[in-house]
Amino acid sequence: MTAASDTAETLLAELPPAAAVWCSGLRKRYKRRTAVDDVSFTVRRGEVLGLLGPNGAGKTTVIKMLLGLVRPDAGEVLLLGRPARDPKARARVGYLPELFRYQPWLTATEVLDLHVRLAGAAIPDAERRGCLALVGLADRAGDRVGGFSKGMQQRLGLAVALVARPEFVVLDEPTSALDPLGRADVRDLLLSLRAKGVAVLLNSHLIGEVERVCDRVVILDKGRIAASGSLAELLGQRELRLRLDEVGAAAEARLAAAGKLTRDGDAFTVALGDEVAVPDLVADLVGLGVRVHAVEPGRISLEERLLDILRTGNTEEPA
Amino acid sequence: MIALTVAALTLREAARRRVLRALAVMTFILLGLSAWGFYRLDAEFGGLTSGEARLAASTVLNLVMFGLSLIAALGTAFLAGPTMAGEIESGTALAVLARPIRRETVLVGKWLGLVVFGSGFVAVAGFAQFLIVWFTMGYWPPGPVTGLALLAAQTTALLTLGLLLSTVISPMASGIVAVGLFGATWIAGVVGGIGQALNNESVARVGAVSRMLLPTDGLWRGAMNAFQDPAMLLSVGMRGHPFMGEAPLTIAYVGWAVVWIALVLGLAAFAFRRRDL
Repeated sequence: MTAASDTAETLLAELPPAAAVWCSGLRKRYKRRTAVDDVSFTVRRGEVLGLLGPNGAGKTTVIKMLLGLVRPDAGEVLLLGRPARDPKARARVGYLPELFRYQPWLTATEVLDLHVRLAGAAIPDAERRGCLALVGLADRAGDRVGGFSKGMQQRLGLAVALVARPEFVVLDEPTSALDPLGRADVRDLLLSLRAKGVAVLLNSHLIGEVERVCDRVVILDKGRIAASGSLAELLGQRELRLRLDEVGAAAEARLAAAGKLTRDGDAFTVALGDEVAVPDLVADLVGLGVRVHAVEPGRISLEERLLDILRTGNTEEPA
Repeated sequence: MIALTVAALTLREAARRRVLRALAVMTFILLGLSAWGFYRLDAEFGGLTSGEARLAASTVLNLVMFGLSLIAALGTAFLAGPTMAGEIESGTALAVLARPIRRETVLVGKWLGLVVFGSGFVAVAGFAQFLIVWFTMGYWPPGPVTGLALLAAQTTALLTLGLLLSTVISPMASGIVAVGLFGATWIAGVVGGIGQALNNESVARVGAVSRMLLPTDGLWRGAMNAFQDPAMLLSVGMRGHPFMGEAPLTIAYVGWAVVWIALVLGLAAFAFRRRDL
């Protein structure tokens, strides 16, 4: 063909792969209630994105719109670079629904076989068995799903989500039925997916879980994005909690210079900037005649930040 | 390809769930009772002329086949409901439909599986019934294949309706509504038959209209016509009898039944495609 189209092809080939998910302006109303309103975000390749928010915030609806299970009233979705209207866009997508149920009359192996066939993938038997072993169901492979406990069905759901070699995995509350050991397994699984470059969208109520594995977080509230960003961006910088007395005006000014200061009796909290050296600050305070009882560096947890955002609508970074 | 996978899955579901066993038990009971009945008929009325015996056998055969068609209708309607609506309600559909497949393909696959199941049942049970009548009374229907094909078409029409209903209402309700409509059209057909016998056009129209709206009864009447002894139509007392098919089906009516099934299936695919899960 022409040189121009060759160039265009080369340019296209050299482009970085499209994001795992790109969605823009998603909107959904159920009768008179707006479930999702103007939601836009991106999940990059190989990234774990946490979707957080209270019950009824619209998280599951957003996930279902990404996967073509719910029709958005407005907005666009690209899945792995293809418009989500095209079913083929889901060829390399794995999904564990919040409401996980698999054909009770099939065995665990048969459920995986079915999903491999539906995905149009060629997965050798050994790999399918490996997938069941990964979620701890190797010895139940030949048992009917109808006899599985909730937790085992959720483990099977994880295997289903992972079996067709996905490039993007959507996990909606993946640990809701799991015991603490199972939760730890899922955490390891998420970390191993990230290590393999698989993008993950994780919806979970367990904030600790999200904080440990997610690169970025999107917080939904009442169908809208209340905040989003990397954990460092969202949680802001460190903070320093001090217990002091005999604090004079000069000492208070010194504390305020180090960062935003809040005081409750003899307890002082300073949100530290990047360049503040704690030992220097303490030395200065002592020099100003302050008696220092306790110095405790800390970090705002995601939970505190989430509650702050949801209760006050304060989406600004804690400075 | 995906449609065939789903069809095979539907058949496996039917085989592994209790539906098949319940269906087998009901059919077995019905066939057993009819075998006993036909045997007694022959023994008690040994003095019947061969023509009278054929007439009796043919009437009772239609009666028993109606029982079979009822079992097929109930079985498939109650299988069609849960298979779609139940999977949507339970969440089973979520994981399946998030795969790179079209919803219409899944629906057509389910339909195909149910049609094979329903038709297979009608063929096996119907043929067993023919054999029973053959052995007990020496009667063999004039159009066994046509009759069974029409019975299978009747089952297909009803299960397609069940599938459409199950994409919009709950599983139990869809089964009940489908079977209710099936019964209502049958009764309308009987009323229409009486109207015909009495030469009352407006009453006869009830049957004609209902047969267009839901072709189960029309197909059933065509099936009866293929099962019964042609001499039946000549006997005066049989006019308007609920278990007699007045005339073979016209090509136009069979064509309409095919179009009807395609329309309802298309509507089901349309409703299912737009549905939020």
